[in-house]
Amino acid sequence: MSFGVASAVPSITSETELRARLSGLSGVDAVGLEARCAKLATRSLKKSTKLTAIDLAISMVDLTTLEGADTPERVRSLCAKALRPDPRDLTVPSVAAVCVYPDLVAHARTVLGDSSVAVASVATAFPSGRASMAVKLLDVADAVDAGAHEIDMVIDRGAFLSGRLGHVFEEIVAVKETCGAAHLKVILETGELVTYDNIRRASWLAMLAGADFIKTSTGKVSVNATPQAALVMLEAARDFAEATGQLVGVKVAGGVRTTKDALRYLVLVNETAGSAWLTPERFRFGASSLLNDLLMQRLKQRRGSYVRADEFSGD
Amino acid sequence: MCEQTSSVVTDLNGDGRSLSQLGSLEYDPAPESVAVAHVRPSYGLFIDGVFTEPSAHEQFVTLNPANEEVLATVARASSNDVDHAVRVARRAYENVWSKTSGAERAKYLFRIARLIQERARELAVIETLDNGKPIRESRDIDIPLAAAHFFYYAGWADKLGHAGFGPEPQPIGVAGQIIPWNFPLLMAAWKLAPALAAGNTCVLKPAETTSLSALVLAEILQQAELPPGVANIVTGDGATGSDLVDHPGVDKIAFTGSTEVGRGIQQRVASSHKRLTLELGGKGANIVFDDAPIDEMIEGIIDGIFFNQGHVCCAGSRLLVQETVADEVLRRLVRRMEQLRVGDPMDKNTDVGAINSAAQLARIEELTSYGESEGATRYTSSCTLPDKGYWFAPTVFANVAQSHRIARDEIFGPVLSVLTFRTPEEAVVKANNTNYGLACGVWSEKGSRALWVAQRLRAGVIWANTYNRFDPSSPFGGVRESGFGREGGRHGLEAYLNV
Repeated sequence: MSFGVASAVPSITSETELRARLSGLSGVDAVGLEARCAKLATRSLKKSTKLTAIDLAISMVDLTTLEGADTPERVRSLCAKALRPDPRDLTVPSVAAVCVYPDLVAHARTVLGDSSVAVASVATAFPSGRASMAVKLLDVADAVDAGAHEIDMVIDRGAFLSGRLGHVFEEIVAVKETCGAAHLKVILETGELVTYDNIRRASWLAMLAGADFIKTSTGKVSVNATPQAALVMLEAARDFAEATGQLVGVKVAGGVRTTKDALRYLVLVNETAGSAWLTPERFRFGASSLLNDLLMQRLKQRRGSYVRADEFSGD
Repeated sequence: MCEQTSSVVTDLNGDGRSLSQLGSLEYDPAPESVAVAHVRPSYGLFIDGVFTEPSAHEQFVTLNPANEEVLATVARASSNDVDHAVRVARRAYENVWSKTSGAERAKYLFRIARLIQERARELAVIETLDNGKPIRESRDIDIPLAAAHFFYYAGWADKLGHAGFGPEPQPIGVAGQIIPWNFPLLMAAWKLAPALAAGNTCVLKPAETTSLSALVLAEILQQAELPPGVANIVTGDGATGSDLVDHPGVDKIAFTGSTEVGRGIQQRVASSHKRLTLELGGKGANIVFDDAPIDEMIEGIIDGIFFNQGHVCCAGSRLLVQETVADEVLRRLVRRMEQLRVGDPMDKNTDVGAINSAAQLARIEELTSYGESEGATRYTSSCTLPDKGYWFAPTVFANVAQSHRIARDEIFGPVLSVLTFRTPEEAVVKANNTNYGLACGVWSEKGSRALWVAQRLRAGVIWANTYNRFDPSSPFGGVRESGFGREGGRHGLEAYLNV
């Protein structure tokens, strides 16, 4: 029995080769996958496990604001919160990153400086991805030049669904190159890929093209992150690591609002991909309101009773 | 509690180090409350709608197999008690139940179903205490399915004329029902619900080691105001079961249990007027083709053999893997087995609980020992087992040959034998090369292949891309030495109708 694994990401030289690789992946049985998710959702996290998991979840948050109405002031306030989520309790960890539009990256950097909190920026004509390659790359370069440490790009779902896999692949490769030292998160928009087979293939495509993270959603469509999509992506990241030695992160975004949701995702990580992913370097929550719920549950665990929502700042 | 140290990305640089440990986030104990079970110190027999003392005043103890502590004492029914129960059931049949309309019978069954749901938590806890199965399984599977069976057959009670057995099918009379210890309440529901829906009266004998949930069910029958004598529950050991089988006043015997005992029962009722249905052992083959959905298939294999500690007559205890993927499947399977949380059945996060009895543990240990001596390769979970109670670590045997005892005998425990095949024909031949014929599984993304294989398997139940999935509307039962007769679905009515 061989436990050996390959030690490099294979280089893909043609669309034919890419297609062969993706179609060689095992299928996903929807009924079985959903049953597995339902079973893991019954895990009961108590006492110290719950406290550990809440702090871990806080440290994994990409505190996000992606509204047309965003202002530099709002971003500065968000950054302050990212650094010290609960100013009265300095044992609360900082979040992983703040996530903003490219034009606000510089404002975020002003507050965060070289702190542990990274600045992430969506780019590539977020959220639809409907722009020419040149425009997308300029968008990325703009964000990187402004000081973004992480770039959240969207894939061309239309190209993926119509079978132009090479096009999707090349876009990711080009964006990755433009990113330079910045980490690249590739948003699959799983709600638009619809089937689990598509999600698995898109995950592998993005990882083969050089993604540092694969991310479920933009948060801007009707179906955002689901535990089922996350499970497929975690399996893909685990299998990719075994096949290539590269550990690619997973980010769930959109619709994760409660501590209960977050802990369920952490159970999926724990039992599917394991310890290497139980760190902000490899698992993130793209969220805004989640942070306050985590803070509230954290206090509840310590004090034994709930506090008012107004105890925490609204950002 | 099991150490959760199964790893991903092992041996990445050839130096044996592992980059990711599965389950490294340890879960603190999350125990369900024992108090909600309301276990009484002792239980009598349930005859004629009331709890009664056994005539010989004999009691036996029932243990919690997870810690060997005494839970309660239970009445041992003597021949006289069995005789009394059968006479009461006959009287209830003649005077009451056979004259009760289907719609009226349905009313009682619906009540019982709802009461099971209302008392679900209590039933789940008592089932786990008495049986040793994880609370997650009794809470999410056993108890909800038991209620579902009563709901399902309640629906049939006034529609028997439309079940395909003639315009006015008649009940058989008094049914003697003997059930096993692996799914105590669920098996009671499988037996009582169709029998009562069809208009029979019943004398049910639970297994000696797991009487308690049936006795809570007896309380539920009282709450539902089921007419006295329509369903009676006599507790005891094999002797009580024999008395029931031999009683001339019984018209029908339904037995679920071992093939050995079932064979004896068939011999004894052969010269009588009694109808018989048997649901016996199995050595189910789970057949995996190389195009199977791998992650869900691994879960299915795990569920197929480790669900309920493998105490499942339809367990997928033989894994037949296509040779091209055998190494990959075995690697993932062993990793997944390592991850199973073995320990306190009352912990909500436990995946594998206690073996039901010392006798069963001894049998599993004996049969498993042949595995190594016959040359198979053994993988056993490295989990730490509790000091007290009856425990067996999940085990997989690779390189098993058809001729090995572990590929032929029903172990009825958490032990899987892995064999390989090259062609669909070979898979079918190997799967059918057993005396049993209860259940099989086929894993393939190719529908035509799954159907081709399913048509050729000699088994009563075939699952495709899933395993151990139960539903009251789906008939369940075996062929050959796995028994005859069906439980569940429209087919399940036939066993209790004079057709």
